[in-house]
Amino acid sequence: MGHRVMEERGARKERIDRGIKARSEDIFALSSWREILYLLAPRLLPLLALLFLALVLPVYWKKVLVTSAIFGILAMSWDFLVCVGLVSLGQALFFGVGAYLAGTFHHAWGWPWWVNLPLASLLGGGICTILLVPVLRLRGIYFSMVTLVLPLMLVRIIEATKVLGGTEGLSSIEGFPGLGVELALSLGIFLAALFLYRRILGTDYGLVLQGIRDNDRSVISSGIKTHWFRAQALFLAGCMGALAGAFMTHAYMFVGMPVFALDYSILPITAAVVGGMGSIAGPALGAFLLVPLSEALRALGALRIVFYGVFLVIFIVGLPEGLFHYLKRKYHQFERWTAIES
Amino acid sequence: MKEHGILQVRELIKDFGGVRAVDRVSFDLKEGESLGIIGPNGSGKTTLVNLITGFVKPDFGEVRFKGNPITGMPAYSIARMGVARTFQMARPFYGLAAYKNLVVPLYSPRVRALAGGGLGDRDTMALDLLEEVGFERDSPVPFKPASVLPHGYLKRLELARCLAIKPDLILLDELFSGLSLAEVASTVPIIEKLKMEGRSIILIEHRLRELFRIVDRVIVLNFGQKMAEGNPAEVMESDDVKKAYLGTEADG
Repeated sequence: MGHRVMEERGARKERIDRGIKARSEDIFALSSWREILYLLAPRLLPLLALLFLALVLPVYWKKVLVTSAIFGILAMSWDFLVCVGLVSLGQALFFGVGAYLAGTFHHAWGWPWWVNLPLASLLGGGICTILLVPVLRLRGIYFSMVTLVLPLMLVRIIEATKVLGGTEGLSSIEGFPGLGVELALSLGIFLAALFLYRRILGTDYGLVLQGIRDNDRSVISSGIKTHWFRAQALFLAGCMGALAGAFMTHAYMFVGMPVFALDYSILPITAAVVGGMGSIAGPALGAFLLVPLSEALRALGALRIVFYGVFLVIFIVGLPEGLFHYLKRKYHQFERWTAIES
Repeated sequence: MKEHGILQVRELIKDFGGVRAVDRVSFDLKEGESLGIIGPNGSGKTTLVNLITGFVKPDFGEVRFKGNPITGMPAYSIARMGVARTFQMARPFYGLAAYKNLVVPLYSPRVRALAGGGLGDRDTMALDLLEEVGFERDSPVPFKPASVLPHGYLKRLELARCLAIKPDLILLDELFSGLSLAEVASTVPIIEKLKMEGRSIILIEHRLRELFRIVDRVIVLNFGQKMAEGNPAEVMESDDVKKAYLGTEADG
């Protein structure tokens, strides 16, 4: 409506990011507090929203927030592998190994959670890397198939040999000192993982990883040992996946065979599809949508999965690029009025 | 060993199933020399490049680089020694900006070793490299995602990727294919400059006119076998070559 008035005053519309982006995606030229705000808002708002939710939600939904954060970490570790060109159908492997390690540490030796979390994360990442290194040479669907099979095999081994508590699992594991600690810790790890993964992908090292995804032969012909880089990426993803599992063990004070269930392999993928693959932030966002949605649908009883499925289909058909990429694109298209220079 | 030059290829054989793709091919390359490899489609040119660079392991034969045997070594080790290649299909790192495409090869241990600790900012090095292959430095082109670059730029990006590791031996697999005449004309001087710098070059090409302008010597492959070798003019005079390569009867 004010369009013509503004034009008569000698102004035209321009995209806000025009002035800020100096030629390249990651070089900015800021000239006013409004432009700084434009850059900071999408980074700060989600943070503040999380903080707000963590403070005001009732206890039950605080628990949901913890679960969302755990699944978010798992989804980010899945997405990190995608950025290296490895599509995992078995994120439950990372999750389950971490969960059982933390459980065993407490059950066998009585170690506290603050020892178990970092230890299970590092050791779990190492174990998963060693398990998957032999198949790293496989590409595409072949790698995916092996990742799908491994957690299913491990769960049968536990069932058959009755190790690690067998079908009973390991119970009465130490919980966190309080819901506040649990919530703060889960959100803290979640944000740290988000920041770390995005940071890594922005460095020269991260560019090599993405190069391997796009064309590994080109990378090899530069004298770079791609298998070694893939193994490192696997370790980085494995650590976060195992940490999510270890956290779950202490949050639920129990670990059992379900940690290797297909759910933990599927949810990271759906979170990434809804949120947008290849951005780390997308799957994180997806997890914070899907987990609460799944909880909210509990009231529907048996029909819950149907509604969940319908929601997913609508999302995939309507927004195939994923929510994060869509929002990002729209945000960059924001326009402002600027005086026409003559 | 030094007198044999930078590259020695001896009796290379590679079978794919029942087909012998490369059949007892031998040749030498002197330091600073440029060699053209021509031949009809399917004559084993690209396989020969793959064998030399380690992407395919030979069934028989030996390759020596600077006197050291490199047969059967992994491709990344051969590249680290200073053998770089381009691929026929220029497939860039689509997800990255053009100049970020070159940050990847600049991460190579070889680049770090050559820089001797004084490795500068890879972004700057990448932009310098792009300028070398004819990307306009002050235009937005180097900052565009590789996925939107036209074919001519992709081919030159591929060349820059290969030059990033400062190779002593460069193998160019059909660098000119799919380029317009103008693009070829602007790429030839880049290769001539590499020649002047004393780099050893092996060129696989179908565009004979441009090839003959650049190379000192030509090898003709046919059904995996070396059928002729010599300077460009005398090789093309050979009747066998005319028959096999141009597919015409040599009358008169």
